[in-house]
Amino acid sequence: MTEKTKPSRDETKMPSSEVAKRLMKYVLRHKYLTLAAVVTTLCGNLAALYIPHYSGLAIDAIGEMGHVNFDNVLRLCGFMMVCIVLNSVLAYTTQLLLIRISSSITAEMRREVFDHLLEMPVNFFDRNAAGDIISRISYDIDTINASLSSDIVTIATSVITVVGSFIMMMRISRTLCIVFFITTPLIFYITRHRARVVRPLFSKRSRKLGELNGFVEEMLSGHKTIKAYGQEKTILGRFDSRNEEAVTTYYEADYQGSIVGPTVTFINNLSLAMISGLGGVLFLNKAISIGNISAFILYSKRFSGPISGAAEVMAEIQSAFSASRRVFALLDEPAEKKDDEDAVVLDHVQGSVEMEDVRFSYVPEREIIHGLSLSAEPGRMIAIVGPTGAGKTTIINLLMRFYDPDSGVIRVDGHDILHCTRDSLRRQFSMVLQDTWLFQGTIFENIAYGSENATMDDVVRVCKAVEIHDFVMSLKDGYDTVLSDDGVNISKGQKQLMTIARAMLNESKMLILDEATSNVDSTTEQKIQRAMLQLCRGKTTFVIAHRLSTIKEADMILVLQNGTVIERGTHEQLLAAKGFYASLFNAQWEA
Amino acid sequence: MKNLRTYLRPWMKMMIIGFLIKTTGTFLELLLPGILSRIIDEIVPAGQMDQIILWGALMVIASLLALIFNITANRNASRVARNVTRNIRHDLFDKALYLTCEKTDAYTIPSIESRLTSDTYHLHRMIGMMQRLGVRAPIITIGGLIMTFVLDPYLALVFLAVIPFMIIVLVLRATRGVAMYKKVQKANDKMVTVVRENSQGIRVIKALSKVPYEKNRFHGVNEHLKGEEVRASRMMAMINPAMNFLLYLGMVGVILVGARRVDLGLCKTGRILAFMSYFQMISRSLMAVSRMFIMYSRGMASSARIMEVLNSSSEKDIVRGTYPDGDPQYALEFRDVTFSYLGIRDNLQHISFRLKKGQTLGIIGATGSGKSTILSLLLRFYDIKEGAIYLNGRDIRNYAPDELRQMFGVVMQNDFLFRDTVAENIRFGREVSFEKMKRAEKNAQALAFIGELDGQEEYELTTKGTNLSGGQRQRVLLSRAFAADPGFLLLDDSSSALDYKTDAALRKALQEEYPDTTMIIVAQRVSSIKNCDEILVLEHGVINGRGTHDQLNENNELYQAIAQSQMGGALFD
Repeated sequence: MTEKTKPSRDETKMPSSEVAKRLMKYVLRHKYLTLAAVVTTLCGNLAALYIPHYSGLAIDAIGEMGHVNFDNVLRLCGFMMVCIVLNSVLAYTTQLLLIRISSSITAEMRREVFDHLLEMPVNFFDRNAAGDIISRISYDIDTINASLSSDIVTIATSVITVVGSFIMMMRISRTLCIVFFITTPLIFYITRHRARVVRPLFSKRSRKLGELNGFVEEMLSGHKTIKAYGQEKTILGRFDSRNEEAVTTYYEADYQGSIVGPTVTFINNLSLAMISGLGGVLFLNKAISIGNISAFILYSKRFSGPISGAAEVMAEIQSAFSASRRVFALLDEPAEKKDDEDAVVLDHVQGSVEMEDVRFSYVPEREIIHGLSLSAEPGRMIAIVGPTGAGKTTIINLLMRFYDPDSGVIRVDGHDILHCTRDSLRRQFSMVLQDTWLFQGTIFENIAYGSENATMDDVVRVCKAVEIHDFVMSLKDGYDTVLSDDGVNISKGQKQLMTIARAMLNESKMLILDEATSNVDSTTEQKIQRAMLQLCRGKTTFVIAHRLSTIKEADMILVLQNGTVIERGTHEQLLAAKGFYASLFNAQWEA
Repeated sequence: MKNLRTYLRPWMKMMIIGFLIKTTGTFLELLLPGILSRIIDEIVPAGQMDQIILWGALMVIASLLALIFNITANRNASRVARNVTRNIRHDLFDKALYLTCEKTDAYTIPSIESRLTSDTYHLHRMIGMMQRLGVRAPIITIGGLIMTFVLDPYLALVFLAVIPFMIIVLVLRATRGVAMYKKVQKANDKMVTVVRENSQGIRVIKALSKVPYEKNRFHGVNEHLKGEEVRASRMMAMINPAMNFLLYLGMVGVILVGARRVDLGLCKTGRILAFMSYFQMISRSLMAVSRMFIMYSRGMASSARIMEVLNSSSEKDIVRGTYPDGDPQYALEFRDVTFSYLGIRDNLQHISFRLKKGQTLGIIGATGSGKSTILSLLLRFYDIKEGAIYLNGRDIRNYAPDELRQMFGVVMQNDFLFRDTVAENIRFGREVSFEKMKRAEKNAQALAFIGELDGQEEYELTTKGTNLSGGQRQRVLLSRAFAADPGFLLLDDSSSALDYKTDAALRKALQEEYPDTTMIIVAQRVSSIKNCDEILVLEHGVINGRGTHDQLNENNELYQAIAQSQMGGALFD
């Protein structure tokens, strides 16, 4: 199967304003909580401001030796305690609110990403490494979480303090404020400039980490083969180069990003020096008093402190933004085309299938299926045979609408499947694929998967039919045995049997078997054969199989070569025709 | 026992240099308020313009130096973090590759994967941040404390009284935090498992219309993860307010005791005032300390998870044994091997067979009868407890694992192809000449279809080779097994997706082109093994019958049943 190449959106191109807007949307979903957090922060800070106020008064009340006004001191200390308790409680409340907001947002994001993944066309998973998808849903979202839970408040409170202090400074001396008209734009310029330098580095850093994850996922799933070929060192070498890239990009982003904080602090210090210089000149010209210079400096510290703070968190925000870009880019990947508004919902179909002059290509210039036509009456069994690469699996993909044909029509019970809802169409099929897929869960859950109302009796019944019941009962926990992904106590053949049992439980009218029996040994197969025939009874069945015993039972055999049906008929008819099928059949007696 | 310190040690010198630079930078920064107050309190009132410029210039120089030192130190810290992370990740991946199969089964792959990526990432962050915040904050805290002692030791003692409580809060929270962040990572593992399963099984999920179900399943693990995250963060959220509370409590104490001391004439108000300003300084740096502790807890949780794997037993620890030798005239021998994966029931019982060089053994039997297990034991993925396996007359435990395995060409069930060119998938890191590769492709019946691919051997496969059909994948895997002309070939169900014609050609090639290769072929089809020198029929881990095709066809019921089902009827049609 060749991939259909659709360019995914370049995640580095998304402008920051768009990222900010989209992040803001998430925050606004919790606007009341956010509002509450802002209020508690402000009140908490206010209470904190009163602590030095009262402590100042208390110290004043101490006065001189022997003249200490203890009542007053105690009273003021009492006020202080009230402020302290208020401050601590409010600060704690703010933290709790923020945790709630950020964890809700990240859980929502993860859910959205996952839901979107499941709406994606199946080839998305062929194009994208599972490890990279995992890295987006786990630590890219983690990074956003870390930033949301702290940086938003840092910035919100900064804005308030900065504006407040600036007003106070303007009141004291407009002339001295000139200093800030020089340094503040400088800070903005540097921060912006840095951001432009750092942004691609942070994007690269997230991307490389994703690539590393993709590689790790891929290689670890083949660890036994690596061992068997003794290639641990080679693979480790390849890992090292990816690891090097991941840590180096991290370092580069840090290297460039770490300049911002100290530089802004430096500019702030510079403005302090300028203020004292300019203040000195003003003082000599009798334009300002010493006390006012001190006050101005105090406020200027409060003014520049948050600016430095904001610059410090800039690196974190940048990394959160590039993480967001990766997450949003995934969310922007086009999902499967939505069903038509007036799409037919298939229900209890008879199971007649028709294909009319169907053409299909995964990649535009390479057609895989060339004008395929077939018709299957309800309850018939169609075997599709032919050399590998002839397009057998593609037919199944088209039937299930994993892909849509370039031209031609496919009908189920006379309905063009393009005008049926995907979900209802797929419900009409049950399917056993070449790749056995079981998930981490009990055997019961795995077999009942797909049939919501299946009882234990139903599961036991189908397991007996595929002859796996005895095996399941030999396990310590029977049907409650949890299957893990590389479970040692279960072979691929047994997995296959379970997926067959799963399909048997499904009461759909159409059945797809894709080399379903290729991993089942012949002894079991004989028994399965009977069960399978029972399963196929009354169902329209499409089988891709190499096994003679399966093919022989078919009502019609389609011999496929290079995307075209070259022969069709029953087993006997095809043998008598002495064509391609006959030569394939006779091959098994050679050698 | 490896721990984080093992990895930090080589960079100690670098860290100490960074520490010194950072300290100098911090002191320079602390100098600035001093200069400033000097300018305002003394120089400006004196009206000396040149002095103002001089001291102002001094301030600029000091802050410039502070800038340079801080940037240098920060970059140094990043470098250390990079180096440590690089080494840990390297060792961890190395370990993951050499981990014994039992251990890998126990950890599960998604968990190892998340330790390699997510946990190392948290550790990386922690190492960087600790160096950056970990110098400044303690210096200011300790410096502030010393200054208070210099001012008034009695008042400083009052202040000091709250410090043990602070330490208790920090230590208690941090230790519990580590445990909680471990849970977060574990919940993360579960979330990753679901995402991984879904991206692997998307076709089945869609075919069975289980999308809503899977969404719901994810919702479950997602909410669980959220819950653990919230719990861990809440645990940490207390630190900062609690620290502040204790600090201010100390401040109130200082005022009260100070009032008493002033009243007795032991102290002056000015001192209390000075105390207050140090308070502010200490309080601000304590904020940074508590932030550090949060990061520390998370980093240590990740570190513990990483070290757990790093300290697990690996195949590298296996030393060559000194078991007695077998019979040197056989290339391969199983002598009364009994084996159990989990120690509950025997997966194989009393398996014995031997092959001379160039002979072929076929194994057939029901699924789960232990066919693949024989191959796993031969490759020493698992160690046997009873019996012995000999290769060229030597017990396989007397070989180093890599020495043993390089004698084999293997195609396993569920074997893996990876994202790279076809050529690289065949070569698989080995030095294989183009001619040899071509020959392997030819014998694996892969030459024709590879020739039709875009770029032929340079054609890029997707992950798991999903852009090839099942039969094509098997032929690439066979080419891989043939490429190094190994002395032994193990083929486990390696032609099940091939059509009869291709399968027949493959068998012919195996026979004619590899006469000196000793083979074990595990198959479902009788036709794949009927020409073998000996065939074992396995049932429930026991040898049910053995012999050639003709012998078994004569006297083994199980074999007859299998053969009948596949060819019997057809022969007479």
